[in-house]
Amino acid sequence: MTTGTTTGAEGRAGLVAAEDVLLFVNAAITATGQREFRTQAYRQRLSLDFLHAYVRVNYRRVYATSLALDINDHNAARIVRGLLEHAADASVEERRAEGALIAARLAKLPPQRVYRLFRELRAARVNNRRTRAIMRDWLAARPDAAHDAVKYRAGLKTAVRHAHLRLDGLGTGAAPDGELGAFLFRPGSLPRYAHRLLDAWRRAHYEQGAVGELPFTVAEGFAARHGMKREAFVERMVPRMTRLERLRTQGERADGPPDPPAGVDLTVMPLTRLALYVLSLGRQARARRREELTGALRAAARRAAGPHAGSWGRVAAVLDDSYSSSGSGEKRRRPLAVALACHFLLEALAAPGAYTPLWTTGTSDPLLVVPWGPTPLGTRVVDALEHGPDRLVIVSDGWDNAPPGLAGEVLRVWRARIDPDRRTAVVHVNPVYDADGFDVRRLSASVPTAGIRDAEDLPALVEIARFSEGRTGSAELYAYLDRRAARFTETGGAR
Amino acid sequence: MNRLELTGLAVRPSQVWGGIRLVPLVRERPVEGLRLHREVYAGGGTGAVRVGARTHDTSYIPHGFVADWSGEGAAGAAYGTQLGADDGRSRPGGPARVLRLPRHRHHRLAERQAGDRLRFLPLHLALEGYLALHFGGPSTAWEEWSRQALRDGLSPRAEDAYLGRSVRGLGDALRAFEIHPGQCGVLVYAADALAAAFVVPHPDDYRLLHPTLVEDLFGELVHQYAMYGAPVPEFGARIADGPGLRTVAGLRAAAREQERAWAEAHDTLFARELLDTSYGFERVYRMGGFTLWRFLPPFVRDGTGQHIGETVTDHKGRVAYLKTFRLSEAQIRRGYLLRRLADADWRLPVAARALGTGETELRRRISGAGFAHLLRHREG
Repeated sequence: MTTGTTTGAEGRAGLVAAEDVLLFVNAAITATGQREFRTQAYRQRLSLDFLHAYVRVNYRRVYATSLALDINDHNAARIVRGLLEHAADASVEERRAEGALIAARLAKLPPQRVYRLFRELRAARVNNRRTRAIMRDWLAARPDAAHDAVKYRAGLKTAVRHAHLRLDGLGTGAAPDGELGAFLFRPGSLPRYAHRLLDAWRRAHYEQGAVGELPFTVAEGFAARHGMKREAFVERMVPRMTRLERLRTQGERADGPPDPPAGVDLTVMPLTRLALYVLSLGRQARARRREELTGALRAAARRAAGPHAGSWGRVAAVLDDSYSSSGSGEKRRRPLAVALACHFLLEALAAPGAYTPLWTTGTSDPLLVVPWGPTPLGTRVVDALEHGPDRLVIVSDGWDNAPPGLAGEVLRVWRARIDPDRRTAVVHVNPVYDADGFDVRRLSASVPTAGIRDAEDLPALVEIARFSEGRTGSAELYAYLDRRAARFTETGGAR
Repeated sequence: MNRLELTGLAVRPSQVWGGIRLVPLVRERPVEGLRLHREVYAGGGTGAVRVGARTHDTSYIPHGFVADWSGEGAAGAAYGTQLGADDGRSRPGGPARVLRLPRHRHHRLAERQAGDRLRFLPLHLALEGYLALHFGGPSTAWEEWSRQALRDGLSPRAEDAYLGRSVRGLGDALRAFEIHPGQCGVLVYAADALAAAFVVPHPDDYRLLHPTLVEDLFGELVHQYAMYGAPVPEFGARIADGPGLRTVAGLRAAAREQERAWAEAHDTLFARELLDTSYGFERVYRMGGFTLWRFLPPFVRDGTGQHIGETVTDHKGRVAYLKTFRLSEAQIRRGYLLRRLADADWRLPVAARALGTGETELRRRISGAGFAHLLRHREG
């Protein structure tokens, strides 16, 4: 740890460490090992593999602490796995801190991710006492073990078997003693189950009426087996679906999605998720439902802005809606959705009426954006600077190709010649991981760049991004990380 | 008509991906009255085309294009459309050109659509023109030519080409390419050598046909350039620190200047070799105000790239559709040799004199070009 008095090699090493940390944080936020617009999936995975190993070995504490940041679920699960697989490298004290972080993060992860993680741990033969305790605690906190047994049957079975857990009394809404065990390990041994869900699963094998009592994804399989009509089935299942399942299934209807989706309140959806939904609609549907969608986006943005709302002063945004923002087959329209969500969030963060959005294609109607055309980022940045904003936020994948590199030059000259005392705060957020650079692509060395996955995290990311300017020391960065970790474990993973 | 006329098409700055450079061509206004559609064939691109009574042509045919000058826009294809035979053409042994697709006979059962539509096989049309070059072989029974040469001519003639997918980096370059508004064409460069040009009448057509470039054919040379060439340099914007850079207006002016420099950097690249060459055009089909041609280069051996291709021109001779194929050195050499032989009426001594070599050397060159079976083996 560097202090104010250290100089020379020590200080430089501290800076290098800080850079490594930021690099890893950016990667852990953006990379999911899936295909991006410009890199194949295998390159992404190779790149990520290296980065995880490097940071785990050299900065173990930071590796664990990043669980407290807004990193994506893919990397969170990987970090947990890395920590548990290489438990021997950590001291007792470190292990205690790690345990708290892991527990808090697992509580936040979607259950299917956690079950998959448990399966991976079993495959990797990681079975120390700590791992077993973590699995036990997580399973004990699940609200309904019987529901998990039906929906994540293989996952639960693997976890119970791997950690040698007792099934009796598992969870709060538990089935009568012995039933879960019989359900998972000795199917067919009981003629009927006392628990409603378990029994429905048994009956669904031969009785169509029981299918409707199961969770949607499980029922889907039975419905196909019974040859039930898809549309009628979906119609009937609506009350039992999760919100995302409703949005997903309504798109497959022959007569197109009904205008206000049945049973989904758009205004309570998270901002980026909502932006993805809006972009999945055709332009005509978007134009028709303009008021409803805009209202929902604004509401989500206001919620995401929270206490920061209206506090950012004059804000200008350069938003990338070029063709490359269409993402890839695996991350469809993700970069564009982040840009759209940032647009509404920045509108909420800026002082009333002091927000200027500039899209690269020049559109003035953000609700109808389509990924299209080249990326003349440089010109747009100049346009934005002309408004004299207090803050400039650039949302882009870092590929500036009309002409190449102009945005970086404009920003460099702006910093060096026109605004050397930093009256305008410029930050670049990038939703795309660059596998070759082990980081998100930067536009210019003079502008801090942060990876972004959900627009909601923008205020927190802006805070991190200031460390990458090199003007604040690494000590502050570590202090910041510790603060985040402490808050994270205290609140048990809630934001 | 002996040149390609690309007026109405403007160059936009290139996008680079490794060794591949793609230069977009943009039209101010789409060509009126002509649209192009794509027709995909079953069988993964293997196809046999009947060219005349007993001549077959087996080739890789990924898709067909349907030119529609009815002015109605979207339409299906009129299957079984024939590329009408050109009357005035009578080459020795030269086939009458009726293109049919025997492999897809079942399509013919479909109702033939009335209207002004023409289906043709892109690149194949041009390649077939090149392959049939002096296809009949010697027209007079000079004693140097073998019996086989006199009976069958150059049949069968085959040329190799590489699929766009196997040209390194091309697939990625096309995928990552950001299509310009109004874009109607593209020039493909491999290691900054022009590999192909592709132009369509309407931007919407281009958007649909852009990915099909991966399925096109590319010459050996292009494949090698892409394989062994280093990444080509890309324009990088540089704003020099000057006294005028104290204001946003000054910065904007500097940015403008960079944009101008960037756009100009590519004018020099713009397909000079394609436009400055005089071609031998052969009319394939006349469709209303438009004409479908295929063309062959002069086969001069001055080291520049030589392209064969096909084009649709409007009544003023301006290009509405264009697709070219860059010949490899060996292919140019073969074309050159055949031309010289035909000029000399297939008399070896005359041809040797015209080429400035001896007869033995000419025989060696003919063998080297892969036409050894045409020559009679002389004793001693």
